[in-house]
Amino acid sequence: MDPQHLNLIYLIIAAAAATFLTRVGGYILITQMKQIPPRLEAALNAVPAAVLTTLVAPAFVYGGLDVTIAMFVAFAVALGLNLSTLRMLVIGWVVVMVIRHVVM
Amino acid sequence: MTKNDFWEGVRGGFPIMLAASPFGALFGALAVDNGFTIADAVFMSATVYAGASQMVGIELFGNHVQPWLVVLSVFAVNFRHVLYSASIAKYVRHFTFGQKFLAFFLLVDPQYAETEKRGERGLPITFAWYLGFGLVIYIPWIINTLVGAIFGQMIGDPKAIGLDVLLPVYFMGLVMGFRKRDRFLPIVTVSGLASVAGMHFVGSPWHVSIGALAGILLAACLPPTNQAPAPTGVQKEA
Repeated sequence: MDPQHLNLIYLIIAAAAATFLTRVGGYILITQMKQIPPRLEAALNAVPAAVLTTLVAPAFVYGGLDVTIAMFVAFAVALGLNLSTLRMLVIGWVVVMVIRHVVM
Repeated sequence: MTKNDFWEGVRGGFPIMLAASPFGALFGALAVDNGFTIADAVFMSATVYAGASQMVGIELFGNHVQPWLVVLSVFAVNFRHVLYSASIAKYVRHFTFGQKFLAFFLLVDPQYAETEKRGERGLPITFAWYLGFGLVIYIPWIINTLVGAIFGQMIGDPKAIGLDVLLPVYFMGLVMGFRKRDRFLPIVTVSGLASVAGMHFVGSPWHVSIGALAGILLAACLPPTNQAPAPTGVQKEA
């Protein structure tokens, strides 16, 4: 195995360990700790939205006009009709395919 | 009795398995597109077993982000599991050490939600039920990753079949899933602006940590709200 591929394996193992740590950590903490400070709790509460947004916003701005339109339409329709993530994905995919293969 | 519990769990997890299947296949295809081999993709699904964070991981890996940042991001995206394992502690206390180990390994969002629901209704959380529910999602997740990875390797240009739009839209759906949380709009706005600025002024991998940090700091600095899920006892007494 070449070193670069070996690094990927290590990376996956580290990611798996980090994930397992989150899944067992709460159990360990709850049996030790009485209360989480409110500001820490607010910060933890913000983690998923804050991290995931950083993967969305740059694609929206720099992904190209077709991607921007597809994302906007998927967002607007999914929000308006309260659709699931899967349906939102389908809408985004259809819009980008139509732009790429029919319009352009 | 134990056997019945197991199959009741399998039946309960079945619809979730169906709903998760496309995401397993999507992960497999995108992982290969981001430089993973088929075996790498399957290995990651089998060991990490956390859909959204796996997507985040391959996306960052494909962008040649530093390894520690990839692991940190996976940790951050999965951080909610800390709350899950804390919350279901009362229901799994009677498991043996080995059973707990396995139970926490399988603790994905629907597993948490269903355990919580079952516990609230006063039904027993047996290990057999928990395992049945977990395995009917876990095993197909790995198989679907394999199918998606094989399919992904046959694709020439991912842009021609629109694969590149799927991840941002998928992440957008995940973000929207948190929209009921406190300070959602300010956090998303600040993280979004900071990540775009980070992308523009610093460069690709760093926009993730810059944007995330901006949103998290904002949440920590804003005054606590009244509708917070766990209001501080101190303030109420004051």
